[in-house]
Amino acid sequence: MTGAGDLLEITLLSLAVSGAATAVSVLIGLPVGTWLALTRTRTRHLALSTVNTGMALPPVVVGLVVALLLWRSGILGGLGLMYTPGAMVIAEVIIATPVMAGLTAAGIGQLDPRLQIQLQGLGASRWQMTRWLWREARMPLLAALMAAFGSVISEVGAAMMVGGNIAHQTRVLTTSIVLETGRGEFGTAITLGFVLLALAFMVNGVLTWAQQRGPRS
Amino acid sequence: MAAVRPLDPGPARRPGEVLLDVRDLVVIRGTRRILEVDSLEIRAGQTLAVVGPNGAGKSTLLLSLARLVRPDAGVVRFAGRPLGPGDDLAYRRRIGLVLPAPLLLSASVFDNVAAGLRFRRVDAPEIRRRVELWLERLSIGHLRDRHAGGLSTGEAQRVSLARALVLDPELLLLDEPFASLDPGTRAELTDDFERLRRGTATTCVIVTHDLNEAARLGDRMAVLLEGRIRQCDVPARVMAAPADDEVAAFTGAPSGIRGRVVASRGGLVVVDTGAAPGTDLPARAEALLDAAQQAAMGDDGDAAPDR
Repeated sequence: MTGAGDLLEITLLSLAVSGAATAVSVLIGLPVGTWLALTRTRTRHLALSTVNTGMALPPVVVGLVVALLLWRSGILGGLGLMYTPGAMVIAEVIIATPVMAGLTAAGIGQLDPRLQIQLQGLGASRWQMTRWLWREARMPLLAALMAAFGSVISEVGAAMMVGGNIAHQTRVLTTSIVLETGRGEFGTAITLGFVLLALAFMVNGVLTWAQQRGPRS
Repeated sequence: MAAVRPLDPGPARRPGEVLLDVRDLVVIRGTRRILEVDSLEIRAGQTLAVVGPNGAGKSTLLLSLARLVRPDAGVVRFAGRPLGPGDDLAYRRRIGLVLPAPLLLSASVFDNVAAGLRFRRVDAPEIRRRVELWLERLSIGHLRDRHAGGLSTGEAQRVSLARALVLDPELLLLDEPFASLDPGTRAELTDDFERLRRGTATTCVIVTHDLNEAARLGDRMAVLLEGRIRQCDVPARVMAAPADDEVAAFTGAPSGIRGRVVASRGGLVVVDTGAAPGTDLPARAEALLDAAQQAAMGDDGDAAPDR
């Protein structure tokens, strides 16, 4: 790392990769988690167990699997995504989606089940009911969002494996910290560490603010 | 969003005509038939009070009528038309449902009462007009902008009632709507509800375990025991002439005591009930027996049959 320009570039890429991965994880995890919370089918238990296991996926294993898929000779090798930010987003989505889905299911599961009956009794369609349930569960849902973002902004194993920590291309805060620490550049590593902490703090601060102002609006 | 298939309303029901007609309704949980209703008719403009002890299946019956519990068999006709699986949403948009707990949404009182109208895509000025009207009618106009989380139980249940009444439902289903309230609040809200219901002539089914409430609010009263309707009649007749011993035991009516006439002397009839001395009999029956025994002893000095 040479200067402030590099630091900004790395920080922005961290934000972009984590933000994109979190957004995709919400698009997948929110409906899946909602379905898990509301459905009464036999497969529900199995699906819930799978999602909960997914919440504890070791990032290096995710990195390995994504690398095998995206490797030149892999099934998706033709896409040429290996060692690109795209590959990092794919890996981070796999890490964040179970977190989003699992915590969404838990959050909606905490609501009084009679609320569904009451909403339908008032004439709500399934979609209208779901939107009210999301509203009622907005605190745990924002907590799920924070957890999903937190799991990817701080992640290093998979980002390193499928991104490769290439300067000006796939270098993010976490991978830079690993690199600088390995080189013995502790000052730079500490600076990067502070930036990462500040970033996580800011994003969570905004979400916490949204969460806290919600219930009395 | 998928359009809601409109439910053919058919000709409007005149008061007294059958609005909801239930035939051979069966609900099974596991291996147990928790509800088995051969026939139940709810007439337009009337209130049917469903009474029964806890666990008799009252709530299950009510939720079946709201199509929120799927029966395992049976036909429900609404305004003469059998309800199919595709009709549920359109049907539910013509009825109202009030549950024992207020179950308010974490939003303002106004938004809570407006929820059902918004589901039905009523336009905003009309929503405002109707919500404000019903808030006033239930004496909670001053709570309009308050958050539902901060209300007392009585206020919350008033909001819950307003939320259903504002829909001007053709059929209002109420499950123990006053059960969670303290006696004073309960009496007050019951009065208000009864006044409003008479005013709108809404058809109601009200589930309660309180016989006085049922007798007061119901034009007819159905006694549900172990999932079956054992008697359905005007309340006075249910109370005075229970259909069988179990209905009598539930309503607390002095049941008849079976016996055999063993002697008849000078207009006095001695009846053998088979009961041993000290047996627990309903108070009125015991008093009658005592009187009969004393009369028998006083009459001819003989010891009356000591049974």
